[in-house]
Amino acid sequence: MKKVLAIVVIVMMSSSLTFAQKYFTKNGNVTFFSKAPLEDIKAVNKKAVCVIDAGTGAMEFAVLMKAFEFEKALMQEHFNENYVESDTYPKGAFKGKITNVSSVNFTTDGSYPVTIAGKMTIHGITKDVTAKGSIVVAGGKINGISEFTLLVADYDIEIPSVVKDKISKSIKITVNVWLEPKS
Amino acid sequence: MNSRLSIVIIALLICPLTNILRAQETSLLDEVKDSVVETQYVTAAFKSTRVIDGQSIEMLGKGSLDFRILHRFGPISGGVDNLFGLDQSYVRFGFDYAPVNDLLVGIGRSSTKKEIDGFVKFRLLQQSRGATVLPFSLVLVAGAVVNTLPFNDPTIPNYFTSRLNYFFQPLIGSKLTDAISVQLSPTFLHRNLVALSTDPNDIFALGIGGRIKITSRIAFMVEYFHPFNGLVKGVNQDPLSIGFDIETGGHVFQLHLTNASGLNERAFLTDTFNKWAKGEIQFGFNISRVFQL
Repeated sequence: MKKVLAIVVIVMMSSSLTFAQKYFTKNGNVTFFSKAPLEDIKAVNKKAVCVIDAGTGAMEFAVLMKAFEFEKALMQEHFNENYVESDTYPKGAFKGKITNVSSVNFTTDGSYPVTIAGKMTIHGITKDVTAKGSIVVAGGKINGISEFTLLVADYDIEIPSVVKDKISKSIKITVNVWLEPKS
Repeated sequence: MNSRLSIVIIALLICPLTNILRAQETSLLDEVKDSVVETQYVTAAFKSTRVIDGQSIEMLGKGSLDFRILHRFGPISGGVDNLFGLDQSYVRFGFDYAPVNDLLVGIGRSSTKKEIDGFVKFRLLQQSRGATVLPFSLVLVAGAVVNTLPFNDPTIPNYFTSRLNYFFQPLIGSKLTDAISVQLSPTFLHRNLVALSTDPNDIFALGIGGRIKITSRIAFMVEYFHPFNGLVKGVNQDPLSIGFDIETGGHVFQLHLTNASGLNERAFLTDTFNKWAKGEIQFGFNISRVFQL
């Protein structure tokens, strides 16, 4: 009986160690891309903060809107001033969960398809979002990759009629983050 | 299995669960909060690089080319005979280019006195928040205006330098809130040639400009200059302009009412004779189209 207790304790301890294992980065890449008849709009943010709890599958993202870099300076200004209103809503955030986290083996190298569900907050508006992606485990680090589409209108971002040909109503978001174990 | 042991096991099972529950209440991001706050520069204090007539503390992004068309009609007091001033026009075409982020160079030509003007504008300090807090921006402007009209008196020796005028401005401005920006534009103007020997070559003026954003794309603008010396009291007037900036994608339309028809610093500071009180107000607009090169 004592043996059973010992095993139970060991299992509990080891599992709580796994529960505690978190991965993070402060230099994640988030790009957005909008294809429109007149011009493509592309911006990249190389300073996304991301944390994944390998035990629970909980996942959070935060990006500073002003850290999105555009090819054209004026686009960047308009993005911040007129569309996402970065002074009022400085951050975009995602808080959610890898729904099939149990299928990811964080200790074995490999690529694992995942589904992520949670709440996206942009421009002060929070919406439920589901996205498919993959988690690549490689040498103790993990690489999270996902691509999904957001509708500008969902986040109460108004596109004035004079530029509606220039700006697509849907924006493709690509996430590529390399996370390191958090000590 | 005795009951005591099962209690222990159940307790052990519950412990990590409560841990998880507790962990979910707080944000995971709290654990990686950056201890170092980055400096955030304040951008877009004004929609355009000009308040109305004068330079604003705003710059252009690297590689931007701004094609500017400035237009002033005649005074509204001209009445229906002159279609409230629309029969007359003063125009300046110009190009501004930003080779790097904090530098802007520009050249333009005004129809009045056929003046060609050029300027260099450099941002020395940019308003910022975060790690470095600076409540204002400081921008230096240096420019020259060349009059290309034939000389008044061809019988006397005339020099090219007589055509030249220079101006210098340290612009100090701040985006006080998301909607409200103000700036001071102390201006030093030097004219190489003046009409009378008693006229001073150097003129000092102070400008004040401001904007109130009404929507994210429309702003109310005001600009006023007061020259302190050198101009004839009662004849020369202080330029005062009010208007709206309307932004549509790559264009900024600045529509305004003003008593100044001059379209460069020399012209609006020393050649403004119209009086607001007499209805000698002119409708005008600036069109700015920015291209990325």
